[in-house]
Amino acid sequence: MIGFVLLALAMIASALFTVTAKKPVYSVVGLLANFIALAITYLTLHAEFLAVMQIVVYSGAILILFVFVIALLSSGTKPFEAGPNRMPRALLPAALFGLVGLAAVAAAVGGTIFVPATIPGATGEAGVFGSVADFGTALFTRNLLPFEVTAFVLMVAIVGVVLLAADESPLRAPKRAQRESITGPREPIAR
Amino acid sequence: MSVPPGAYVILAAVLFFIGVVGVIARRNPLIQLMSIELLFNSANLVLVTFARVWGNNAGHIFAFLVITVAAAEAAIGLAIVVIVFRKTRFVDVDEVAALKG
Repeated sequence: MIGFVLLALAMIASALFTVTAKKPVYSVVGLLANFIALAITYLTLHAEFLAVMQIVVYSGAILILFVFVIALLSSGTKPFEAGPNRMPRALLPAALFGLVGLAAVAAAVGGTIFVPATIPGATGEAGVFGSVADFGTALFTRNLLPFEVTAFVLMVAIVGVVLLAADESPLRAPKRAQRESITGPREPIAR
Repeated sequence: MSVPPGAYVILAAVLFFIGVVGVIARRNPLIQLMSIELLFNSANLVLVTFARVWGNNAGHIFAFLVITVAAAEAAIGLAIVVIVFRKTRFVDVDEVAALKG
């Protein structure tokens, strides 16, 4: 119980830091702390494979992506100080909304007694619930379609990012070539 | 499982609403995207908690799917941020009003 309280405090503190930090880089650090605490929480819930996935995919891939974009955007300019800070004005309605939602969740969960299933074996033992073998068996037998959909989602994301971010996007380039093949090369505009 | 499952759900709710506050109150799209990651993670925490409660690893599969979608969302969202920055030199969602009706 004491471990859970410590983890919960670490997660809430780091989440608050992420949301209130002045610069996005600080937010990334807060988010990293949050992800690591969450991975440990997954371990206490018999989800060891997901704990590793959390570290590898979130802390390893997504956060690095954020850091790269921050480095890309803040080179040369100071884009993040643009405009007035609207946090104080928006904070009260947002906090009010959050408290109301939290009260709703507490009311919904508070009265229910959940009896957790007994799981033989400890976290990390081979073949126990949540281990790699258990997760892989479930993923590649009963849940093969979700796994294939995962691959499709990632492929769509990659194609989308290439189309969006490419300097000379393949969406636009062929169109120009086609137009010029119909109307001939465009005349230079006299200025 | 010495900690009652309700405690995990409450923790997830707290994290979720911290993330909601971040999305609403912040104007920096990068921090908004990070707040969205907080939302994904709190949903995952509930999924994993109830997978443990029922002893059924379908919740783990669902959390795996959510992680994938979060990765795709982060990649697309950051690409959009980069494009908007290239066009407007601003990183403030209030300045981006080209689609305003």
